[in-house]
Amino acid sequence: MKNSRNQSKFGLVAGVLLALSVLLMACGDSTATTASTAAAGTTAAASATTAAAGATTAAGATTAAGTTAATATTAAAAGATTAAATGEKFKVAFVYVGPIGDGGWTFAHEQARKKLVETLPNVEATYIESVDENPTTSEAVITELAQKGNKMIFTTSFGYMDPTINVAKKFPNVYFEHATGYKTAANVAVYQVRQYQARYLAGIVAGKMTKSNIIGYVAAFPIPEVIGGINAFTLGARSVNPAAKVKVVWTNTWYDPGLEKTAAKSLLNAGADILGQHQDTPSILQAAQEVGKYAFGNDSIMESYAPKAHLASPYWDWSPYYIERVKAAMNGTWKTGDYFGGLKEGVVDLSPLNAVVPDDVKKLVDEKKAAIKAGTLDVYAGPYKDQSGATKVAAGATLSDKDITSINYFVEGVDGTIPK
Amino acid sequence: MAGEIDVVQTLATTVAAGTPVLYATLGEILTERSGVLNLGLEGMMLVGGMAGFAATAVTGNVFIGVLVSLAAGAALALIHAFFACSIGVNQVVSGLSLTLVGTGIAAYFGRSLVGQPAADSFQTIKIPVLSDLPVVGPILFSQNLFVYFSFLLVPALYFFIYRTRPGLNLRAVGENPATADAQGISVVGTRYLYTMLGGALVGMGGASISLGSNPNWQENITAGRGWIAVGLVIFALWNPWRALVGAYLFGGLEALQFSLQVAGVPISSYFLRMLPYLLTIAALVFTQWRLKDQAGRASSAAPSGLGLFYLRRERG
Repeated sequence: MKNSRNQSKFGLVAGVLLALSVLLMACGDSTATTASTAAAGTTAAASATTAAAGATTAAGATTAAGTTAATATTAAAAGATTAAATGEKFKVAFVYVGPIGDGGWTFAHEQARKKLVETLPNVEATYIESVDENPTTSEAVITELAQKGNKMIFTTSFGYMDPTINVAKKFPNVYFEHATGYKTAANVAVYQVRQYQARYLAGIVAGKMTKSNIIGYVAAFPIPEVIGGINAFTLGARSVNPAAKVKVVWTNTWYDPGLEKTAAKSLLNAGADILGQHQDTPSILQAAQEVGKYAFGNDSIMESYAPKAHLASPYWDWSPYYIERVKAAMNGTWKTGDYFGGLKEGVVDLSPLNAVVPDDVKKLVDEKKAAIKAGTLDVYAGPYKDQSGATKVAAGATLSDKDITSINYFVEGVDGTIPK
Repeated sequence: MAGEIDVVQTLATTVAAGTPVLYATLGEILTERSGVLNLGLEGMMLVGGMAGFAATAVTGNVFIGVLVSLAAGAALALIHAFFACSIGVNQVVSGLSLTLVGTGIAAYFGRSLVGQPAADSFQTIKIPVLSDLPVVGPILFSQNLFVYFSFLLVPALYFFIYRTRPGLNLRAVGENPATADAQGISVVGTRYLYTMLGGALVGMGGASISLGSNPNWQENITAGRGWIAVGLVIFALWNPWRALVGAYLFGGLEALQFSLQVAGVPISSYFLRMLPYLLTIAALVFTQWRLKDQAGRASSAAPSGLGLFYLRRERG
């Protein structure tokens, strides 16, 4: 090919297209532009450079598409914050695994970030979304955020664990917080929420509402967080309906609306009349609504997507933790730690139940919720067996936090296998 | 129940899962037949899906939503047509840029749409009588309008490309632009037209997700289906019928991986998840191998002018 000419033209094309998209964004962001035109100018320049950097990587790798788009929009959002910012603010950054518009996991973190900024006006909190979990990409992103003067960085997905630890070594004066991981350091804390508590409550609703006694469950990856969630959901269902079975399918992706829907359909075809899920999108609810069945949301309250089918959503409110930790960092009282909050701390909850759920079930869920909060009900308290029928946890025993975060078997009543 | 695969339901899911990819593949076939390579499918699908959803939210009418998705896909394709046909830049690069820009535009303008229920969407319509037929009824005639329209579109495009004069002109421009030019066909005009028409179909493919199978807007709702379509065009040898086969093979493997899991077949779900992508690669290899066998049948090979800029040489 006659590449020399083409390549110089590529610069032109990319430049024009990117300038165009930046322009579009600047127009859309008119609320922030009045504050300072100078700031807007620098924002545009910044986003153009980040976007261009993305474009070079993308020419080689098709998967970078999402990342680049993300960088461009982030820059616009960051610009909005910069425009308002004068004087010294405490700079905090968030690294997200999905787009903030996923309506699930990342959406929940984004809501908490917004709340953080509202509650602590002296904090400037920016984010970068759709950051790939591969170590090269995520480590580069986290490093850049540390270099840019952020005092505190939250990395919100399991896959960022090692990159976070690596970057933290190079920036001992920056506080790092890693969600769902288990490696800590002097300046790296980990935090996780007891998702299983809300999933247990959801299981109770499912056990009461199922007529076929087949409850479907669409699951992303066979990691302890997901496996434990399925166990808790199953224990909840069988605590009120010992005949109920939970049928599990794996999608091996967090985010693919089309695929998740196909997975949900296969469960509905197999006779499931209630669907639980551990995915980042509302597709499962939509599949259930189409055929007049019920389903649960996940991570955020997903009622609006399928109000008829939506029984409830186990959801996480990260804001109490974020506010507390950022405050501590600002006061200089921050210490590393291993946070595992639940219903009691207000970081985990099950959203209000659908009107079709009978009042006695609602009452039961409220009682159990209160019991978990009070510490009188332990979701993982024995006795129960694993799939082979062997007793896993004896009566009077329970799981330690370490057991919970490394669980690798299904309890009795789960119909499915953990891929090896 | 357990241990059995519901074949009919799996096939019905196959058709539903294959349809968005089918639209994107058909659109790209039209574009590539004119000699323009547009790799921006993912971006056009996303913009089409977002714009269609937004228009439906504003007007409350899904058909207006579809029209807007067609227009949005065409508008984005116009940018590519300009760079590819008027300036003559590397079409691969321009197409990739289009994906990036499209993804960004869809994400940015779709931001306020996230979390909104669809104002209206295409529901499953059971066609009277036909949907009561055993086997084919549930598979082919209990679907939404996007699916039914694709049943008409495939033979229509086939007929158009191979049996009509404008179709012949289209192929001529793609195969040998200089000859077509000498025949009095406007090469640049034809390429603009089919790049935009193709883009419109790709945009509609996006809408078949956001207004059809997954009636809501989420960023990256296509999750890479545009790239699958790029591969399927080659698998299809630029032929609409084979595109149908390819799209349903893709949809079939997507559906099958869950049917097998539900039936408790002891195959690793990791392996099943790879199947659609393995198939795409295998199909590409197979296609290349077969092409050598049948060299000479121009209609089944890539258009000779694909990806090449055509500039009329002025006679001095």
